[in-house]
Amino acid sequence: MNVDKIKKDFPIFEKIDIAYLDSGATSQRPQCVIDAIDNFYKTKNANPHRGAYELSIEATDVYENTRKKIAKFINAEKSEQIIFTKNASEALNLIAYSYGLENLGEDDSVIISIMEHHSNLVPWQFVTKKTGSKLEYMYINDEYELSEEEIKAKITDNTKIVGITHVSNVLGTINNVKEIIKYAHKKGAIVVVDASQSIPHMKVDVQDLDADFLVFSGHKMLGPLGIGVLYGKKRLLNDMNPFLMGGDMIEYVYEDKTTFAPLPNKFEAGTQNVEGVVGLGAAIDYIESIGYDTIAKIEEEVVGYAKQELAKLDFVETYYTPNEDNHCGVISFNIKGVHPHDLATILDSQGIAVRAGDHCAQPLIRFLKLPATCRASFYIYNNKEDVDRLVEALKKAYSMFEKFIKK
Amino acid sequence: MENLDEIYNELIMEHSMNSYNKHKLENADKCEHGHNPSCGDEIEIEIKMNNNIIEDIAFTGSGCAISQSSTSIMADVLRGKTVEEAKIIIKTFIDMIKRETTDEKELEKLEEAIAFKNVANMPARVKCALLAWKTLDKMI
Repeated sequence: MNVDKIKKDFPIFEKIDIAYLDSGATSQRPQCVIDAIDNFYKTKNANPHRGAYELSIEATDVYENTRKKIAKFINAEKSEQIIFTKNASEALNLIAYSYGLENLGEDDSVIISIMEHHSNLVPWQFVTKKTGSKLEYMYINDEYELSEEEIKAKITDNTKIVGITHVSNVLGTINNVKEIIKYAHKKGAIVVVDASQSIPHMKVDVQDLDADFLVFSGHKMLGPLGIGVLYGKKRLLNDMNPFLMGGDMIEYVYEDKTTFAPLPNKFEAGTQNVEGVVGLGAAIDYIESIGYDTIAKIEEEVVGYAKQELAKLDFVETYYTPNEDNHCGVISFNIKGVHPHDLATILDSQGIAVRAGDHCAQPLIRFLKLPATCRASFYIYNNKEDVDRLVEALKKAYSMFEKFIKK
Repeated sequence: MENLDEIYNELIMEHSMNSYNKHKLENADKCEHGHNPSCGDEIEIEIKMNNNIIEDIAFTGSGCAISQSSTSIMADVLRGKTVEEAKIIIKTFIDMIKRETTDEKELEKLEEAIAFKNVANMPARVKCALLAWKTLDKMI
Protein backbone atom coordinates (compact mmCIF):
# COMPACT_ATOMS: atom_id res chain seq x y z
CA MET A 1 0.00 0.00 0.00
CA ASN A 2 1.55 3.32 -0.86
CA VAL A 3 1.20 6.51 1.12
CA ASP A 4 0.18 8.63 -1.85
CA LYS A 5 -2.79 6.37 -2.41
CA ILE A 6 -3.74 6.57 1.27
CA LYS A 7 -3.34 10.35 1.23
CA LYS A 8 -5.99 10.51 -1.50
CA ASP A 9 -8.50 9.04 0.96
CA PHE A 10 -8.22 12.23 3.03
CA PRO A 11 -10.10 15.06 1.35
CA ILE A 12 -8.45 17.80 3.43
CA PHE A 13 -5.17 17.25 1.59
CA GLU A 14 -6.84 18.01 -1.72
CA LYS A 15 -7.98 21.37 -0.45
CA ILE A 16 -5.09 22.45 1.72
CA ASP A 17 -1.40 22.29 0.95
CA ILE A 18 0.01 21.39 4.33
CA ALA A 19 2.62 19.12 5.86
CA TYR A 20 0.33 17.97 8.64
CA LEU A 21 2.58 16.80 11.47
CA ASP A 22 0.15 17.12 14.35
CA SER A 23 -1.74 13.82 14.31
CA GLY A 24 -0.77 13.32 17.94
CA ALA A 25 -3.18 16.16 18.70
CA THR A 26 -5.84 15.02 16.28
CA SER A 27 -5.70 12.98 13.09
CA GLN A 28 -7.33 13.90 9.81
CA ARG A 29 -10.42 11.95 8.67
CA PRO A 30 -10.72 9.78 5.59
CA GLN A 31 -13.69 10.28 3.27
CA CYS A 32 -15.29 7.01 4.46
CA VAL A 33 -15.62 8.37 8.01
CA ILE A 34 -17.18 11.60 6.77
CA ASP A 35 -19.51 9.59 4.52
CA ALA A 36 -20.56 7.28 7.34
CA ILE A 37 -21.64 10.23 9.47
CA ASP A 38 -23.38 11.84 6.51
CA ASN A 39 -25.16 8.61 5.72
CA PHE A 40 -26.27 8.13 9.32
CA TYR A 41 -28.03 11.49 9.36
CA LYS A 42 -29.55 10.89 5.95
CA THR A 43 -30.86 7.39 6.52
CA LYS A 44 -30.75 6.25 10.14
CA ASN A 45 -31.03 9.25 12.43
CA ALA A 46 -33.18 8.71 15.53
CA ASN A 47 -32.52 8.47 19.24
CA PRO A 48 -31.28 4.96 20.03
CA HIS A 49 -32.79 2.93 22.88
CA ARG A 50 -35.86 5.20 22.93
CA GLY A 51 -38.43 4.78 20.22
CA ALA A 52 -40.54 1.73 19.50
CA TYR A 53 -40.34 2.38 15.80
CA GLU A 54 -38.22 1.09 12.97
CA LEU A 55 -35.92 4.09 12.62
CA SER A 56 -35.01 4.20 16.29
CA ILE A 57 -34.33 0.50 16.21
CA GLU A 58 -32.01 1.01 13.25
CA ALA A 59 -30.21 3.79 15.10
CA THR A 60 -29.91 1.48 18.11
CA ASP A 61 -28.49 -1.23 15.86
CA VAL A 62 -25.74 0.96 14.39
CA TYR A 63 -24.87 2.19 17.86
CA GLU A 64 -24.75 -1.27 19.46
CA ASN A 65 -23.10 -2.94 16.47
CA THR A 66 -20.27 -0.44 16.68
CA ARG A 67 -19.88 -1.32 20.34
CA LYS A 68 -19.47 -4.95 19.28
CA LYS A 69 -17.01 -3.91 16.59
CA ILE A 70 -14.88 -2.03 19.12
CA ALA A 71 -15.00 -4.96 21.55
CA LYS A 72 -13.67 -7.20 18.81
CA PHE A 73 -11.13 -4.58 17.73
CA ILE A 74 -9.47 -4.48 21.17
CA ASN A 75 -10.34 -8.11 21.97
CA ALA A 76 -12.67 -7.42 24.90
CA GLU A 77 -14.62 -10.47 26.03
CA LYS A 78 -18.02 -8.79 26.01
CA SER A 79 -19.34 -5.73 24.23
CA GLU A 80 -20.88 -4.37 27.46
CA GLN A 81 -17.32 -3.74 28.64
CA ILE A 82 -17.13 -0.94 26.07
CA ILE A 83 -18.47 2.35 27.42
CA PHE A 84 -18.77 5.37 25.14
CA THR A 85 -17.54 8.68 26.55
CA LYS A 86 -16.87 12.02 24.96
CA ASN A 87 -13.10 11.47 24.93
CA ALA A 88 -10.27 9.74 26.78
CA SER A 89 -10.27 12.47 29.44
CA GLU A 90 -13.88 11.78 30.35
CA ALA A 91 -13.16 8.06 30.48
CA LEU A 92 -10.25 8.68 32.88
CA ASN A 93 -12.40 10.95 35.03
CA LEU A 94 -15.05 8.26 35.14
CA ILE A 95 -12.49 5.79 36.49
CA ALA A 96 -11.07 8.32 38.96
CA TYR A 97 -14.48 9.26 40.35
CA SER A 98 -16.33 5.97 40.21
CA TYR A 99 -13.45 3.66 41.08
CA GLY A 100 -10.75 5.85 42.66
CA LEU A 101 -12.87 7.81 45.12
CA GLU A 102 -14.57 4.64 46.35
CA ASN A 103 -11.55 2.39 46.64
CA LEU A 104 -8.71 4.52 47.98
CA GLY A 105 -7.89 4.97 51.65
CA GLU A 106 -5.27 6.79 53.65
CA ASP A 107 -2.62 4.10 53.48
CA ASP A 108 -2.99 3.61 49.75
CA SER A 109 -1.03 5.03 46.88
CA VAL A 110 -1.70 5.78 43.25
CA ILE A 111 1.34 5.44 41.00
CA ILE A 112 1.55 7.14 37.63
CA SER A 113 4.44 7.86 35.28
CA ILE A 114 5.97 11.33 34.88
CA MET A 115 5.09 11.18 31.19
CA GLU A 116 1.33 11.12 31.72
CA HIS A 117 -0.87 13.54 29.84
CA HIS A 118 -2.69 15.88 32.25
CA SER A 119 -5.81 13.80 31.66
CA ASN A 120 -4.25 10.80 33.42
CA LEU A 121 -2.67 12.96 36.10
CA VAL A 122 -4.97 15.74 37.30
CA PRO A 123 -7.90 13.39 38.11
CA TRP A 124 -5.52 11.31 40.25
CA GLN A 125 -4.30 14.41 42.07
CA PHE A 126 -7.91 15.18 42.83
CA VAL A 127 -8.90 11.75 44.13
CA THR A 128 -5.73 11.17 46.14
CA LYS A 129 -6.19 14.55 47.87
CA LYS A 130 -9.84 13.80 48.48
CA THR A 131 -9.19 10.34 49.91
CA GLY A 132 -5.98 11.17 51.78
CA SER A 133 -4.04 8.64 49.72
CA LYS A 134 -0.65 9.33 48.12
CA LEU A 135 0.18 10.14 44.49
CA GLU A 136 3.64 9.08 43.41
CA TYR A 137 5.52 9.13 40.13
CA MET A 138 7.64 6.71 38.20
CA TYR A 139 10.42 8.75 36.57
CA ILE A 140 12.14 8.13 33.26
CA ASN A 141 15.83 7.43 32.72
CA ASP A 142 18.32 9.08 30.33
CA GLU A 143 16.82 7.13 27.46
CA TYR A 144 13.36 8.58 28.18
CA GLU A 145 12.14 5.18 29.35
CA LEU A 146 10.84 3.70 32.58
CA SER A 147 13.36 1.22 33.91
CA GLU A 148 12.29 -2.04 35.47
CA GLU A 149 13.98 -0.95 38.72
CA GLU A 150 11.97 2.26 38.81
CA ILE A 151 8.71 0.39 38.22
CA LYS A 152 9.51 -2.10 40.98
CA ALA A 153 10.66 0.60 43.37
CA LYS A 154 7.45 2.61 43.04
CA ILE A 155 4.74 -0.04 42.78
CA THR A 156 4.47 -1.49 46.27
CA ASP A 157 2.01 -3.44 48.39
CA ASN A 158 0.31 -0.13 49.22
CA THR A 159 -0.33 0.68 45.58
CA LYS A 160 -3.99 0.36 44.68
CA ILE A 161 -4.03 2.02 41.25
CA VAL A 162 -1.38 2.40 38.56
CA GLY A 163 -2.00 4.88 35.74
CA ILE A 164 0.20 4.49 32.70
CA THR A 165 0.20 5.78 29.17
CA HIS A 166 0.85 3.13 26.53
CA VAL A 167 2.77 5.63 24.38
CA SER A 168 4.01 9.04 25.55
CA ASN A 169 2.49 11.92 23.59
CA VAL A 170 5.68 13.96 24.04
CA LEU A 171 8.49 11.41 23.76
CA GLY A 172 6.88 8.62 21.77
CA THR A 173 8.21 6.14 24.31
CA ILE A 174 6.29 2.86 24.18
CA ASN A 175 5.87 1.67 27.73
CA ASN A 176 5.98 -2.01 28.47
CA VAL A 177 2.47 -1.95 29.87
CA LYS A 178 2.13 -5.72 29.78
CA GLU A 179 5.01 -6.12 32.23
CA ILE A 180 3.85 -3.17 34.36
CA ILE A 181 0.38 -4.73 34.61
CA LYS A 182 1.82 -8.12 35.49
CA TYR A 183 3.89 -6.62 38.29
CA ALA A 184 1.08 -4.35 39.54
CA HIS A 185 -1.27 -7.33 39.72
CA LYS A 186 1.30 -9.21 41.75
CA LYS A 187 1.19 -6.29 44.20
CA GLY A 188 -2.59 -6.25 44.21
CA ALA A 189 -3.05 -3.02 42.24
CA ILE A 190 -5.29 -2.41 39.26
CA VAL A 191 -3.93 -0.69 36.15
CA VAL A 192 -5.46 2.09 34.05
CA VAL A 193 -3.94 2.24 30.55
CA ASP A 194 -4.19 5.37 28.40
CA ALA A 195 -4.04 4.01 24.86
CA SER A 196 -4.84 7.32 23.13
CA GLN A 197 -1.42 7.55 21.50
CA SER A 198 -0.93 3.85 20.82
CA ILE A 199 -4.16 2.62 19.29
CA PRO A 200 -3.82 4.75 16.13
CA HIS A 201 -0.54 2.95 15.44
CA MET A 202 -0.57 -0.54 16.92
CA LYS A 203 -2.80 -3.45 17.84
CA VAL A 204 -4.13 -3.12 21.36
CA ASP A 205 -5.36 -6.35 22.94
CA VAL A 206 -6.92 -5.78 26.37
CA GLN A 207 -6.91 -9.44 27.28
CA ASP A 208 -3.32 -9.98 26.24
CA LEU A 209 -2.30 -6.92 28.27
CA ASP A 210 -4.65 -7.97 31.07
CA ALA A 211 -5.54 -4.27 31.49
CA ASP A 212 -8.13 -3.49 34.17
CA PHE A 213 -9.17 -0.27 32.46
CA LEU A 214 -8.10 1.08 29.09
CA VAL A 215 -9.16 4.30 27.41
CA PHE A 216 -8.73 6.00 24.07
CA SER A 217 -10.13 8.80 21.94
CA GLY A 218 -11.70 8.39 18.52
CA HIS A 219 -10.31 11.55 16.98
CA LYS A 220 -6.66 10.51 17.16
CA MET A 221 -7.43 7.34 15.20
CA LEU A 222 -9.20 8.87 12.17
CA GLY A 223 -12.59 9.01 13.87
CA PRO A 224 -14.63 12.10 14.69
CA LEU A 225 -14.07 14.54 17.53
CA GLY A 226 -16.11 14.07 20.67
CA ILE A 227 -16.12 10.30 21.01
CA GLY A 228 -14.01 8.25 23.40
CA VAL A 229 -13.97 4.72 24.72
CA LEU A 230 -13.59 3.21 28.15
CA TYR A 231 -12.90 -0.50 28.46
CA GLY A 232 -13.09 -2.09 31.87
CA LYS A 233 -13.07 -5.52 33.40
CA LYS A 234 -16.63 -6.58 33.97
CA ARG A 235 -16.26 -7.27 37.66
CA LEU A 236 -14.85 -3.77 38.27
CA LEU A 237 -17.42 -1.99 36.13
CA ASN A 238 -20.27 -3.88 37.76
CA ASP A 239 -19.13 -2.88 41.25
CA MET A 240 -18.73 0.78 40.39
CA ASN A 241 -21.24 3.56 40.92
CA PRO A 242 -22.41 5.44 37.85
CA PHE A 243 -20.45 8.58 36.98
CA LEU A 244 -23.15 10.68 35.32
CA MET A 245 -26.81 10.25 36.23
CA GLY A 246 -29.83 10.83 34.07
CA GLY A 247 -31.81 9.35 31.24
CA ASP A 248 -31.15 5.87 29.87
CA MET A 249 -28.79 4.81 32.69
CA ILE A 250 -31.59 3.73 35.01
CA GLU A 251 -33.82 0.75 35.55
CA TYR A 252 -36.50 2.02 37.91
CA VAL A 253 -36.77 5.53 39.30
CA TYR A 254 -38.90 6.19 42.38
CA GLU A 255 -39.35 9.48 44.17
CA ASP A 256 -36.67 8.59 46.68
CA LYS A 257 -34.49 5.99 45.00
CA THR A 258 -33.26 4.60 41.70
CA THR A 259 -31.96 1.30 40.47
CA PHE A 260 -29.41 1.48 37.69
CA ALA A 261 -29.35 -0.14 34.29
CA PRO A 262 -26.89 -2.98 33.71
CA LEU A 263 -23.67 -2.45 31.75
CA PRO A 264 -22.98 -0.62 29.55
CA ASN A 265 -25.97 1.72 29.90
CA LYS A 266 -25.21 2.36 33.57
CA PHE A 267 -22.35 4.59 32.41
CA GLU A 268 -24.05 6.23 29.44
CA ALA A 269 -26.42 8.86 30.78
CA GLY A 270 -28.42 10.96 28.36
CA THR A 271 -28.60 10.95 24.59
CA GLN A 272 -25.32 9.73 23.23
CA ASN A 273 -23.03 10.93 20.45
CA VAL A 274 -24.29 8.44 17.89
CA GLU A 275 -22.68 10.17 14.93
CA GLY A 276 -19.38 9.95 16.81
CA VAL A 277 -19.88 6.25 17.39
CA VAL A 278 -20.81 5.69 13.75
CA GLY A 279 -17.76 7.63 12.58
CA LEU A 280 -15.50 5.73 14.95
CA GLY A 281 -16.87 2.46 13.57
CA ALA A 282 -15.99 3.60 10.05
CA ALA A 283 -12.51 4.62 11.22
CA ILE A 284 -11.94 1.16 12.64
CA ASP A 285 -13.07 -0.41 9.37
CA TYR A 286 -10.60 1.83 7.56
CA ILE A 287 -7.71 0.99 9.90
CA GLU A 288 -8.49 -2.72 9.53
CA SER A 289 -8.67 -2.43 5.75
CA ILE A 290 -5.10 -1.10 5.76
CA GLY A 291 -3.92 -3.27 8.62
CA TYR A 292 -1.65 -2.45 11.54
CA ASP A 293 1.30 -4.20 9.86
CA THR A 294 1.10 -1.82 6.92
CA ILE A 295 0.54 1.15 9.21
CA ALA A 296 3.66 0.21 11.16
CA LYS A 297 5.67 -0.18 7.96
CA ILE A 298 4.60 3.21 6.62
CA GLU A 299 5.32 4.94 9.90
CA GLU A 300 8.66 3.25 10.45
CA GLU A 301 9.74 4.52 7.08
CA VAL A 302 8.63 8.10 7.53
CA VAL A 303 9.59 8.42 11.21
CA GLY A 304 12.93 6.72 10.50
CA TYR A 305 13.57 9.17 7.67
CA ALA A 306 12.64 12.10 9.92
CA LYS A 307 15.07 10.92 12.61
CA GLN A 308 17.83 10.53 10.04
CA GLU A 309 17.27 13.97 8.51
CA LEU A 310 16.85 15.80 11.81
CA ALA A 311 20.07 14.22 13.06
CA LYS A 312 21.89 15.98 10.21
CA LEU A 313 20.88 19.38 11.60
CA ASP A 314 23.38 20.11 14.34
CA PHE A 315 21.29 23.02 15.64
CA VAL A 316 18.32 20.75 16.34
CA GLU A 317 17.90 18.85 19.60
CA THR A 318 15.57 15.83 19.66
CA TYR A 319 14.08 13.97 22.59
CA TYR A 320 13.35 10.30 22.00
CA THR A 321 14.67 6.93 23.08
CA PRO A 322 17.60 5.46 21.14
CA ASN A 323 15.88 2.06 21.34
CA GLU A 324 13.94 2.04 18.10
CA ASP A 325 11.57 -0.73 19.14
CA ASN A 326 10.39 1.38 22.07
CA HIS A 327 9.51 4.45 20.03
CA CYS A 328 6.40 5.35 18.09
CA GLY A 329 4.82 8.18 16.20
CA VAL A 330 6.12 11.45 17.65
CA ILE A 331 9.39 13.39 17.64
CA SER A 332 9.82 16.30 20.03
CA PHE A 333 12.53 18.76 19.11
CA ASN A 334 13.91 22.25 19.67
CA ILE A 335 16.35 24.57 18.00
CA LYS A 336 18.79 25.43 20.76
CA GLY A 337 18.20 29.00 21.85
CA VAL A 338 14.94 29.46 19.94
CA HIS A 339 11.66 29.32 21.78
CA PRO A 340 9.37 26.55 20.44
CA HIS A 341 6.49 28.97 19.87
CA ASP A 342 8.58 31.18 17.62
CA LEU A 343 9.76 28.10 15.80
CA ALA A 344 6.19 26.83 15.34
CA THR A 345 5.16 30.23 13.94
CA ILE A 346 7.94 30.09 11.37
CA LEU A 347 7.11 26.47 10.49
CA ASP A 348 3.46 27.46 10.14
CA SER A 349 4.44 30.19 7.69
CA GLN A 350 6.03 27.45 5.57
CA GLY A 351 2.88 25.32 5.61
CA ILE A 352 4.00 22.93 8.32
CA ALA A 353 1.70 22.13 11.20
CA VAL A 354 3.46 21.06 14.39
CA ARG A 355 2.45 21.50 17.97
CA ALA A 356 4.50 23.68 20.31
CA GLY A 357 4.19 23.96 24.04
CA ASP A 358 3.95 21.62 26.99
CA HIS A 359 1.71 19.11 25.20
CA CYS A 360 -0.58 18.80 28.24
CA ALA A 361 2.34 17.27 30.12
CA GLN A 362 3.76 20.10 32.25
CA PRO A 363 5.31 17.87 34.92
CA LEU A 364 7.22 15.98 32.21
CA ILE A 365 8.47 19.16 30.51
CA ARG A 366 9.56 20.46 33.92
CA PHE A 367 11.28 17.15 34.67
CA LEU A 368 13.14 17.37 31.35
CA LYS A 369 14.17 20.96 32.28
CA LEU A 370 12.87 22.30 28.98
CA PRO A 371 10.78 25.46 28.47
CA ALA A 372 8.59 23.57 26.00
CA THR A 373 9.12 21.60 22.82
CA CYS A 374 7.96 21.48 19.23
CA ARG A 375 6.47 18.15 18.31
CA ALA A 376 6.12 16.53 14.93
CA SER A 377 3.71 13.61 15.07
CA PHE A 378 3.18 11.27 12.17
CA TYR A 379 0.47 9.08 10.74
CA ILE A 380 -0.27 6.97 7.68
CA TYR A 381 -0.73 9.91 5.33
CA ASN A 382 2.69 11.43 6.03
CA ASN A 383 5.45 10.95 3.50
CA LYS A 384 9.09 11.86 3.05
CA GLU A 385 8.09 15.07 1.32
CA ASP A 386 6.50 16.23 4.60
CA VAL A 387 9.80 15.56 6.34
CA ASP A 388 11.76 17.39 3.65
CA ARG A 389 9.49 20.39 4.04
CA LEU A 390 10.02 20.31 7.81
CA VAL A 391 13.79 20.16 7.42
CA GLU A 392 13.87 23.03 4.92
CA ALA A 393 11.70 25.16 7.20
CA LEU A 394 13.93 24.39 10.18
CA LYS A 395 16.93 25.57 8.19
CA LYS A 396 15.11 28.78 7.33
CA ALA A 397 14.11 29.33 10.96
CA TYR A 398 17.68 28.79 12.09
CA SER A 399 18.99 31.24 9.52
CA MET A 400 16.59 33.88 10.84
CA PHE A 401 17.58 33.35 14.46
CA GLU A 402 21.22 32.34 14.15
CA LYS A 403 22.90 35.69 14.66
CA PHE A 404 20.78 36.47 17.73
CA ILE A 405 21.19 33.18 19.54
CA LYS A 406 23.39 33.51 22.59
CA LYS A 407 26.36 31.24 22.16
CA MET B 1 1.75 34.09 6.22
CA GLU B 2 3.49 37.16 4.85
CA ASN B 3 5.30 39.67 7.00
CA LEU B 4 7.17 36.99 8.89
CA ASP B 5 10.42 38.87 8.44
CA GLU B 6 8.71 42.01 9.67
CA ILE B 7 7.83 40.29 12.91
CA TYR B 8 11.11 38.55 13.50
CA ASN B 9 13.05 41.69 12.64
CA GLU B 10 16.30 43.02 14.02
CA LEU B 11 14.68 45.14 16.72
CA ILE B 12 12.43 42.43 18.09
CA MET B 13 15.12 39.76 17.95
CA GLU B 14 17.68 41.95 19.66
CA HIS B 15 15.24 42.80 22.45
CA SER B 16 14.18 39.19 22.88
CA MET B 17 17.60 37.62 22.94
CA ASN B 18 19.84 40.27 24.51
CA SER B 19 17.69 42.78 26.34
CA TYR B 20 19.32 45.37 28.57
CA ASN B 21 15.96 45.70 30.34
CA LYS B 22 16.12 42.14 31.56
CA HIS B 23 17.36 42.32 35.14
CA LYS B 24 16.15 42.82 38.70
CA LEU B 25 15.41 46.37 39.75
CA GLU B 26 16.96 47.69 42.92
CA ASN B 27 14.45 49.41 45.21
CA ALA B 28 11.48 48.49 43.03
CA ASP B 29 8.16 49.88 44.27
CA LYS B 30 5.99 47.26 42.64
CA CYS B 31 6.45 43.82 41.22
CA GLU B 32 3.91 41.80 39.26
CA HIS B 33 4.01 38.32 37.78
CA GLY B 34 2.38 37.65 34.43
CA HIS B 35 2.03 34.33 32.61
CA ASN B 36 0.30 32.59 29.75
CA PRO B 37 -0.38 29.13 31.17
CA SER B 38 -1.25 27.65 27.78
CA CYS B 39 2.18 28.39 26.33
CA GLY B 40 4.40 28.87 29.36
CA ASP B 41 5.45 32.48 28.81
CA GLU B 42 6.41 33.96 32.15
CA ILE B 43 7.53 37.43 33.13
CA GLU B 44 8.03 39.41 36.28
CA ILE B 45 7.83 43.15 35.83
CA GLU B 46 9.29 45.54 38.36
CA ILE B 47 8.72 49.29 38.38
CA LYS B 48 10.13 52.20 40.28
CA MET B 49 7.84 55.18 40.68
CA ASN B 50 8.65 58.81 41.26
CA ASN B 51 5.36 60.32 42.32
CA ASN B 52 3.24 59.99 39.20
CA ILE B 53 6.09 59.09 36.88
CA ILE B 54 7.25 55.59 36.02
CA GLU B 55 10.90 56.20 36.64
CA ASP B 56 12.19 52.76 35.72
CA ILE B 57 10.97 49.43 34.42
CA ALA B 58 12.80 46.12 34.27
CA PHE B 59 11.79 42.49 33.88
CA THR B 60 12.90 38.91 34.26
CA GLY B 61 11.35 35.75 32.88
CA SER B 62 11.33 33.39 29.98
CA GLY B 63 9.23 32.74 26.94
CA CYS B 64 9.04 33.24 23.22
CA ALA B 65 10.72 36.07 21.31
CA ILE B 66 7.47 37.95 20.97
CA SER B 67 6.58 37.90 24.67
CA GLN B 68 10.09 38.79 25.79
CA SER B 69 10.75 41.51 23.24
CA SER B 70 7.33 43.01 23.78
CA THR B 71 8.14 43.32 27.48
CA SER B 72 11.52 44.85 26.81
CA ILE B 73 10.28 47.36 24.22
CA MET B 74 7.41 48.29 26.51
CA ALA B 75 9.95 49.12 29.21
CA ASP B 76 11.74 51.47 26.80
CA VAL B 77 8.55 53.14 25.65
CA LEU B 78 6.94 53.68 29.04
CA ARG B 79 10.02 54.60 31.04
CA GLY B 80 9.68 58.25 32.13
CA LYS B 81 6.00 58.48 31.25
CA THR B 82 3.30 59.53 33.70
CA VAL B 83 0.71 56.96 34.73
CA GLU B 84 -1.91 58.73 32.60
CA GLU B 85 0.34 58.75 29.54
CA ALA B 86 1.25 55.10 30.09
CA LYS B 87 -2.41 54.09 30.39
CA ILE B 88 -3.18 55.70 27.03
CA ILE B 89 -0.20 54.05 25.33
CA ILE B 90 -1.11 50.64 26.79
CA LYS B 91 -4.66 50.99 25.53
CA THR B 92 -3.42 52.00 22.09
CA PHE B 93 -1.08 48.99 21.99
CA ILE B 94 -3.86 46.59 22.97
CA ASP B 95 -6.18 48.18 20.40
CA MET B 96 -3.52 47.82 17.72
CA ILE B 97 -2.95 44.13 18.45
CA LYS B 98 -6.69 43.49 18.58
CA ARG B 99 -7.09 45.47 15.36
CA GLU B 100 -9.42 47.91 17.00
CA THR B 101 -7.38 50.83 15.75
CA THR B 102 -5.32 51.21 12.61
CA ASP B 103 -5.12 55.00 12.72
CA GLU B 104 -1.51 55.86 11.88
CA LYS B 105 -1.55 59.09 13.87
CA GLU B 106 -2.87 57.25 16.90
CA LEU B 107 -0.23 54.53 16.57
CA GLU B 108 2.63 57.02 16.54
CA LYS B 109 2.25 57.19 20.33
CA LEU B 110 3.60 53.67 20.50
CA GLU B 111 7.07 54.65 19.31
CA GLU B 112 9.13 51.46 18.81
CA ALA B 113 6.29 49.24 19.99
CA ILE B 114 4.67 49.76 16.61
CA ALA B 115 7.00 46.95 15.50
CA PHE B 116 4.38 44.51 16.81
CA LYS B 117 1.71 45.74 14.42
CA ASN B 118 1.75 42.56 12.36
CA VAL B 119 1.04 40.39 15.38
CA ALA B 120 -2.54 41.49 14.76
CA ASN B 121 -2.44 39.09 11.79
CA MET B 122 -1.20 36.20 13.91
CA PRO B 123 -4.05 35.12 16.19
CA ALA B 124 -1.91 32.40 17.80
CA ARG B 125 0.59 35.01 19.01
CA VAL B 126 -1.68 37.82 20.23
CA LYS B 127 -1.45 36.64 23.83
CA CYS B 128 2.35 36.64 23.70
CA ALA B 129 2.48 40.27 22.58
CA LEU B 130 -0.10 41.46 25.13
CA LEU B 131 1.23 39.71 28.24
CA ALA B 132 3.56 42.47 29.45
CA TRP B 133 1.20 45.32 28.65
CA LYS B 134 -1.73 43.74 30.46
CA THR B 135 0.50 42.92 33.42
CA LEU B 136 1.80 46.48 33.69
CA ASP B 137 -1.70 47.88 33.26
CA LYS B 138 -2.65 46.14 36.50
CA MET B 139 0.32 47.66 38.33
CA ILE B 140 -0.30 51.34 37.66
